[in-house]
Amino acid sequence: MNRRDFLKVIAAAGIGGIVVMEGLDDFRVEAAEMNKDSNALQAKHWGMVIDISKFQKPEDIQRVANACHQYHNVPDIKDPKHEVKWIWKEDFEHAFAEMESKYLSEKIKTMNFPVLCNHCEEPMCVRVCPTKATFKRPDGIVVMDYHRCIGCRYCMAGCPYGARSFNFIDPRPHIGMMNHDYPTRAIGVVEKCTMCVERLNKGLKPICVEVSRGGIIFGDLNDPNSEVRKVLRSNFAIRRKAELGTGPSVYYVIGGDEEGA
Amino acid sequence: MYNSRKIIIGLVIFVLVAAFPFFINVGKTAQPLQLSLNTPTINQLEKKECIESADYMRANHMRMLNEWRDQVVREGNTVYTSSSGQKYEMSLENNCFQCHSNKSNFCDSCHTYSQVDPYCWDCHNGTKGAGLKQ
Amino acid sequence: MLEKVLYGSKRYYTWIVFLMIIIIFGFTAYLEQFNTGLGITGMSRDVTWGLYISQFTFMVGVAASAVMVAIPYYLHDHKTFGPIVILGEFLAVAAVIVCMLFILCDMGQPTRFLNIVLHPTPNSVMFWDMCVLLGYLLLNLIIGWTILGADKKGISAPHWTKVLTYIAIPWAVSIHTVTAFLYAGLPGRYYWLTAIMAGRFLASAFAAGPALLIILCLILRKYTSFKTSKEAIQSLAVIVTYAMIANVFFFLLEVFTAFYSNIPGHMAALQYLFVGLNGHNNLVPFMWTAAILAFLGIGLLLVPSMRRNEKVLTIALAAVFIAAWLDKGIGLVLAGFVPNSFERVTEYIPSSTELAIVLGVYAIGFLILTILYKMVVAVREQSMVEH
Repeated sequence: MNRRDFLKVIAAAGIGGIVVMEGLDDFRVEAAEMNKDSNALQAKHWGMVIDISKFQKPEDIQRVANACHQYHNVPDIKDPKHEVKWIWKEDFEHAFAEMESKYLSEKIKTMNFPVLCNHCEEPMCVRVCPTKATFKRPDGIVVMDYHRCIGCRYCMAGCPYGARSFNFIDPRPHIGMMNHDYPTRAIGVVEKCTMCVERLNKGLKPICVEVSRGGIIFGDLNDPNSEVRKVLRSNFAIRRKAELGTGPSVYYVIGGDEEGA
Repeated sequence: MYNSRKIIIGLVIFVLVAAFPFFINVGKTAQPLQLSLNTPTINQLEKKECIESADYMRANHMRMLNEWRDQVVREGNTVYTSSSGQKYEMSLENNCFQCHSNKSNFCDSCHTYSQVDPYCWDCHNGTKGAGLKQ
Repeated sequence: MLEKVLYGSKRYYTWIVFLMIIIIFGFTAYLEQFNTGLGITGMSRDVTWGLYISQFTFMVGVAASAVMVAIPYYLHDHKTFGPIVILGEFLAVAAVIVCMLFILCDMGQPTRFLNIVLHPTPNSVMFWDMCVLLGYLLLNLIIGWTILGADKKGISAPHWTKVLTYIAIPWAVSIHTVTAFLYAGLPGRYYWLTAIMAGRFLASAFAAGPALLIILCLILRKYTSFKTSKEAIQSLAVIVTYAMIANVFFFLLEVFTAFYSNIPGHMAALQYLFVGLNGHNNLVPFMWTAAILAFLGIGLLLVPSMRRNEKVLTIALAAVFIAAWLDKGIGLVLAGFVPNSFERVTEYIPSSTELAIVLGVYAIGFLILTILYKMVVAVREQSMVEH
């Protein structure tokens, strides 16, 4: 056998070995199955309508934000440069900067807008992510696989809503009361609102919806009979930066008496 | 041999360095592995059995968790039906840690013994405390 | 060939040791960042990319600029570039490695970098950027090494190196185009959202890269036996001149579109860079310096008598290089984040750790460049003795 033939045999044996090993490597138990929870809430396109009239006071948003942040172990970091937030308060001028006007009514000017991830139909974060760590579920929710995130922060450059936060520092010491039923995040990954997929998977509505006292309406935008669609049929609703073509799934209804809108 | 002195000295140094772990540990025995299943939840169980056989779990829990993670996070599949037909939530917090609440005596002892350092706990809390319940 | 690296003058060794010290210093800083996270840098929730990514962007340009020597030589038979083609290729090798290191430094979870390969994502420009950079590194390394090896043996390089060189030419353009696409396709970042971004990138690269290459040639001429001809340097200088003019012209096109249309989003970043926005004006001095240096450089380069004076030429090239660096290596990336999604301005000041890491990475680049150039010089010296 000359050297060339020898190398060929070795290479073939190596590849064959790898293939056989891979074939034998199935660790799964034969009878075991993995399925969705039969209670899981399902939709074609989850969306939210936020009724601003239900957020008269800043505390109304604070209550929702606290519930969300405590439930998901979102750290409370005071330094705005390293801050992590999933849902928070902005005023009209900043949340809807492109609609700014010198002669904005005092009422709109002082309104409180909860802002969060818009779970876009064409999410830029998903498009730019180099590892599919951020992806869109078939039900329209944009979620993150923190295990896969390499922390390149391209999604943060891509998101036109500033909805994403990066764990610049270890979040653990900044979590007030740990919810042991939910994980924290590691340093060096990006995070954001998940529309509570872990609750939807079990048949529960998002936590912000539950504590919003009717301020956040949640449902299937694809279903004409859903509550969100009913609200959108009878109210004028706006979305943040819809002109960018991202297709935000979070709608804002100024609500109450129409004079403000 | 040309330059034999330098080569031999070099070889001796190389062998010493390469075999360093053996010299340093000579005469010592590794701590025998001690796994503790002694947690309140496990003690209350009539039949002390994990979701699959102990042998299987010992050999494959890491690969199972790896697959669970993709199933849960990416596919939204959260229910595991074991070979015995029992259903479990595929979750460290809401399933595994409920019984194995003693990270240091259960998870760590074996991982330390086999010198692996999985980063699960960077995010998933091993210990239960006064958590916020919803 | 690598053995040539071990024999050098005292000056050569001093330079190597100096670089090593900076590398160790930078590496220590990196270990600190690795252990404590990116919070140690000046980056923030609003300015999520800082010096690492901006230096990466700039260095991709330097890497791509090797093509400005390759095109005249390989496609137009411009013989005077013959001896320096390899310098361009090896500059590209060092620059691409620097780029990759900057990416690695910027990652929050650097140990997971293989995820880009394990989960390939064609819809992400970053995935393509990794592909083209890796390809470009291999192309230049293989071409340069093979040609130099053939030189050493006194034979002509194998025919396939020519095929690879023809591939490398459009490939060089691709690396900087793809890098521009990292930015140019993001909605809501108006400073980046411009069709001319790739053109601007290439123009600024073809000015800054060859400017650096000429300076390197002049250094080699002064301290080694590698003497680049005056003609080659003048030809390259002409390339620098017109590339820089194109670069400035493209930039002025941006200024026109932003200010004639009067669209606030398009004006904001430029205002921030040149006059400050909402009282934030950290980058204003840098950008005016860049503007002055750009015009100074072009002015000196355009006048033939000045350009032919190599002392003046060096000043002109340094001016062009620094101007391009301030514009692309500082202003471009940082101003893209101003204002943020909520029309607020957050400024970015790099931390000392971050600066140490940047210096360390550049020192690695210089070390690689020194080693590669040392090989080139040694091989040429040897063949001069033999023939």
